[in-house]
Amino acid sequence: MSAQANGNGPQEPDEGSSVPVQRGNTGEVIDVRHGMFGARNGGDTSGYGGLVRTVRMPGAAVRPYGGWFDEVADELEGALEEQGLVPEHVIVNTVVDRGELTFHIAREHLPQVARTLRDDPALRFELCTGVSGVHYPGETGRELHAVYHLRSLTHNRLIRLEVTAPDADPHVPSIVDVYPTNDWHERETYDFFGLVFDGHPALTRILMPDDWQGFPQRKDYPLGGIPVEYKGAQIPAPDQRRSYT
Amino acid sequence: MGLEEKLPSGFLLTTVEKAAGLARKSSMFPATFGLACCAIEMMTTGAGRYDLARFGMEVFRGSPRQADLMIVAGRVSQKMAPVLRQVYDQMPNPKWVISMGVCASSGGMFNNYAIVQGVDHVVPVDIYLPGCPPRPEMLLDAILKLHEKVKNTKLGVNQKEAAREAEEAAMKALPTIEMKGLLR
Amino acid sequence: MATTHAPAGVRETTEGTVYDVTGGDWDEMAAHAAKSDDERIIVNMGPQHPSTHGVLRLILEIDGETVTEARAGIGYLHTGIEKNLEYRTWTQGTTFVTRMDYLTPFFNEAAYCLGVERLLGIEDDVPDRANVIRVLLMELNRISSHLVAIATGGMELGATTVMIFGFRDREHVLDLYELITGLRMNHAYIRPGGLSQDLPPGTVDALREFVKKMRKNLPEYDALCTGNPVFKARLKDIGYLDLAGCMALGATGPILRSAGLPHDLRKAQPYCGYETYDFEVPTVDTCDSYGRFLLRLEEMRQSLRIIEQCIDRLDPGPVMVEDKKIAWPAQLALGPDGLGNSLDHIKNIMGTSMEALIHHFKLVTEGFRVPPGEVYTAVESAKGELGVHVVSDGGTRPYRVHFRDPSFTNLQSMAAMCEGGQVADVIVAVASIDPVMGGVDR
Repeated sequence: MSAQANGNGPQEPDEGSSVPVQRGNTGEVIDVRHGMFGARNGGDTSGYGGLVRTVRMPGAAVRPYGGWFDEVADELEGALEEQGLVPEHVIVNTVVDRGELTFHIAREHLPQVARTLRDDPALRFELCTGVSGVHYPGETGRELHAVYHLRSLTHNRLIRLEVTAPDADPHVPSIVDVYPTNDWHERETYDFFGLVFDGHPALTRILMPDDWQGFPQRKDYPLGGIPVEYKGAQIPAPDQRRSYT
Repeated sequence: MGLEEKLPSGFLLTTVEKAAGLARKSSMFPATFGLACCAIEMMTTGAGRYDLARFGMEVFRGSPRQADLMIVAGRVSQKMAPVLRQVYDQMPNPKWVISMGVCASSGGMFNNYAIVQGVDHVVPVDIYLPGCPPRPEMLLDAILKLHEKVKNTKLGVNQKEAAREAEEAAMKALPTIEMKGLLR
Repeated sequence: MATTHAPAGVRETTEGTVYDVTGGDWDEMAAHAAKSDDERIIVNMGPQHPSTHGVLRLILEIDGETVTEARAGIGYLHTGIEKNLEYRTWTQGTTFVTRMDYLTPFFNEAAYCLGVERLLGIEDDVPDRANVIRVLLMELNRISSHLVAIATGGMELGATTVMIFGFRDREHVLDLYELITGLRMNHAYIRPGGLSQDLPPGTVDALREFVKKMRKNLPEYDALCTGNPVFKARLKDIGYLDLAGCMALGATGPILRSAGLPHDLRKAQPYCGYETYDFEVPTVDTCDSYGRFLLRLEEMRQSLRIIEQCIDRLDPGPVMVEDKKIAWPAQLALGPDGLGNSLDHIKNIMGTSMEALIHHFKLVTEGFRVPPGEVYTAVESAKGELGVHVVSDGGTRPYRVHFRDPSFTNLQSMAAMCEGGQVADVIVAVASIDPVMGGVDR
């Protein structure tokens, strides 16, 4: 088995040149940061106030993706076409980065894509390793991301699906009926990010107390630490300290 | 000297206070309140190598109603705090609490939304045991120190007096931030 | 009904009368229960219960002795570690992740560090010696985790001797941890790029001694449990979950292998050079708790094999990547004064080189920057697939780290294993899942 095929490890030399790794200024802008040391409201004496840093995530890749990535993408597109869908409408974006393949899926099509990936004999992603939420407050209109990792034991492959939802309408269809293992994972993501998984059998808080206010792992939710007192000194909570940003 | 001289052999005289203290110290029943990493070290303390049985404490009671020592071993989350208090309330008096590990004592490295910053917000604590997690030897040391404290517990009027003195001392104590000197 | 002398919390719901026993009088409770026509009772087990394997809360609906519905309540140990990570540097992150599943600290550290290394693109630069030591520690960890699984499982069955045996042998592993990392638990020894320090002198001898001791001690579990009729009667055909159930519920690790599928990430998607070691992935096809117990014993034997191979491969060399922008400049090693500081390094930064001092200061306080992107790395922890989703925004701190903990996912299968069985078998089933609440709740 090649290092490429397990999605784990570096590109093999012959394929390395054909896999476009997106760096530099071609990626997808998720945020623009100003200044440093957390000085935001004037009075910056650090000299770093004029610093502007654009945060770019790896952007869309172009064919060929390299290795088995093309095979999976072809099969998925073919299977979607058979179901009467236009692949370009379903797969918004395909990212190949660091030897991992990511499909950005339009959220309304997620259950169908997941079912196809699970059932198509050439794809067979039988195991879902759950959903991880990520909050990008700077990415207007698609602040909340739900990231799924699907593992195929048959073909020994791993891919990632990513769907987004705006803060104003935090709804993503649930895929519990395709992957029952996502039951608790979706509850966890709801608990921490407020992403509502439509169609989940019992979407309630799972780790936080039932009456908790807010969604603690969003970026706009404070860490919630208290200042620590020492003899003659007080150290603010980690999120209140000056920091390199 | 006094009355002792006139007693037949085989008798010892002591105060009720001391006898009660000795009895309480020698038969302590810890409640199982394992939460996180420290719970594993607490179980290790009960197992072969460290052998808590040497101090007559190897029987961890599953029911708080049969226990008089609660070892809060691990981080106490906001969700666990009401449960912790309920278990404490179910224990019969007199009862003691050891806060095992920095997480239970002060929140430790988890200074965040989820963890109660010190179990003393919820129950009164007799011994704070630092460490992340404390070694079994440290837990044994804490238990022995608690034994010493239990042995010298006052009763009746003396107890009230001791409680009043302790409270006065606490009221007069300097807040940490106003203390001067090295961090120790 | 229930108009007079109602115990605390009697309420009518759409599903019938519900009695809440908190603070109630048992006599009144019993009288009310006798009046009602069905025998359904909902028992709340935990979160503070000696047999639930930590602060796990089980909500069981029982009909006589039969469990008709089982639900798990979790979150009593939620620590917010994932959020805390976002306010610490990448290197400091290991200190937090090691405390997630506190029985498998090295797996947590390794999975996290592999993620950071892939984000940095330095996976190939990690020195061989560091990889061998990582494998060594992970296998030691597999042994200690399985020992606790067997020990606490035995204790929950009432077999205290098993617990004493398990903790006795775990102490031997902990002695090695203490020798190598300086700590019994929560090590933060594996760092992005390699290890925090090299093995101390005398480790190899201690390891050989340990393997010898474990080879002698492991058969004792066979003698005590494997053929024991009581033990077998309690465990056989209990906690049944077949392959289809495992795949649907995402169960991995010993649970999946007890259903007969030899899936092991060490073989399927090797990391840290596992493809070069000679070991087997044991399976059984009984799908039950007894099979999982046998598997854990066999996995410990296989781990011993891997450890022996690691000892032979411990060639001298660096244990951290060459890149001075990532590796901490101080070569830490326990000195004669009992401290870890390197005197040569202190002499250099305090006396000779201002630049070295600045570099040291910046690297320790600010840390290194990681290019933006996201990765998912997974290791085969003692409990199953431990996956880490790491997202970087190009800063000195993680943007988001999510742990897919095997305990969390495997615990979902509790209901499937317990429903329809006896109340006493719930304990056996939960013990065979071996959930660690630190990993479940994080």
